[in-house]
Amino acid sequence: MDQIKLSAHSLNLYFGQKQILKNINIDFPKNQVTSLIGPSGCGKSTLLRCFNRMHDLSSDAKIEGSIKLDDLDIYDKKNSVTEIRKRIGMVFQKPNPLPKSIYENMSYALNIHQFPKNEIQKLIESALKESYLWEEVKDELKKPAVKLSGGQQQRLCIARTTVLRPEVILMDEPCSALDPISTRKIEELIVSLKKDYTIVIVTHNMQQAQRISDKVAFMYLGELVEFGNCQDVFQNPQNELTKNYVGGHFG
Amino acid sequence: MDVKKRETTDWLLKQLFKAIGLITIVLLGGIFMMLIYNSIAFFAKVNPVDFFTGYQWDPGSVDGNYSILPLLASTGLVAAGSMLIAVPLGIFTAAFLSEFAPGKLQAVLKPVIEMLAAIPSVAIGFLGIVLVGPGIAKLFGIQNGLNALNGSVLLAVMALPTIITISEDAINAVPKTYREASLALGADKWATLFQVTLPAALPGLIAAVMLGLGRALGETMTVLMATGNASAMPGGFLDSIRTITATIAIEMGEVPYQTTHYFALFAIAAVLFLITLAINFLGEYFANSLRKFQA
Repeated sequence: MDQIKLSAHSLNLYFGQKQILKNINIDFPKNQVTSLIGPSGCGKSTLLRCFNRMHDLSSDAKIEGSIKLDDLDIYDKKNSVTEIRKRIGMVFQKPNPLPKSIYENMSYALNIHQFPKNEIQKLIESALKESYLWEEVKDELKKPAVKLSGGQQQRLCIARTTVLRPEVILMDEPCSALDPISTRKIEELIVSLKKDYTIVIVTHNMQQAQRISDKVAFMYLGELVEFGNCQDVFQNPQNELTKNYVGGHFG
Repeated sequence: MDVKKRETTDWLLKQLFKAIGLITIVLLGGIFMMLIYNSIAFFAKVNPVDFFTGYQWDPGSVDGNYSILPLLASTGLVAAGSMLIAVPLGIFTAAFLSEFAPGKLQAVLKPVIEMLAAIPSVAIGFLGIVLVGPGIAKLFGIQNGLNALNGSVLLAVMALPTIITISEDAINAVPKTYREASLALGADKWATLFQVTLPAALPGLIAAVMLGLGRALGETMTVLMATGNASAMPGGFLDSIRTITATIAIEMGEVPYQTTHYFALFAIAAVLFLITLAINFLGEYFANSLRKFQA
């Protein structure tokens, strides 16, 4: 039995009157990659953003149910949202380095969370090495991060997240703005990261889901239709909708 | 209508609009030429060195002292004071409006702030005479509240709408993805504001300050009414002063045509014009660099 790292129970989400997520129950196993797939507008990204409370920013979002990181209820008012976001990192669809230098992008969160000054340099180096970016940027850490290529920017964003040593990394279509070669590098990176982190990734790319996932969740119109091992979902889907979607009949 | 006729109308309208557009440039150039022309007449009579280094503006005296310094110092003092008040207040109001204020409060505050810009300057000057000035006198235990500090407070009120509106635009123009990046890393709203959003908006904030400063430098009626009207070299914020603008407004009506004194007023106006022009250029430059960054 897999150890469960992150889970949602009876999760409903509304934007104003409109219900976006309908009674989602899902468990993400530790140190595995879980892909959320489904057609546009099915609620994948919305679900992903529930896990690090990004919906706190929009005042008309209402959430019911619970999300647990290990035994911690992340929507419990007692728990600080900044601490939760430190433990659950996020990588966005479009690379979004801060308008600062490469080094400052890496040190920003470390300073915010008051890591000891003398460790920062070392932490940054090892996180950049983990993202296979160190060799490419070690001589120009003072360069503005936006001067990097798209793929490098996205790896920087991943490194910027992993430098905090989170437990879970959420990725919202991290390769959709990248070329095939950069995409391959990121996919390899994702697979290599799962020994240390639990990864939840939203993707539109079915081949990508097959290449990198251990588990796959298929969503449709705000509901979780099917959830299982990657192989099972793609080779032997139980639900008619899933079969049509992974078979390429719609989506 | 045949093609020929249509083309002619097209051409005519094009020329008409071009001419209308060019009027602004002609006006600006004309004003500048007028100031320069009369200033040259002034400098033919008074040594520019005396004009820029003397300590007294006293056209009434026998030998006539025409030094811009006390007026320039007054203008600089009152404008700098107003910026000391208006810049932090304006930028933080803008930050509050765009980052923290709930929708309803924002909907009320924004039009109110813009209305502030619609108050006639003479009304603000009035406020300075009956309210702010006496308040300052009481607070500092001095006889006369009509001084540079009074002017600074009033000019700050007048510059605030400009600073707030442009700062808010600048802050709003910072891509949402920056804020998300910062928040997702576990930074709180304050860290995000001070370390990410405001630095990213900096070019626009500088533009806002420049345009606010331009407003403060050029303002006439308020400072004329509320700063005590003393054209001596000011020693501090609690001294009465007289700015360049107020001097022109007061003396122009009484000065005999084409005397040294008459030309002197054009000369000080030219100096003020060049200062505000430079500040506007700086503001535009920074505003443009913001636009580049948005793209």
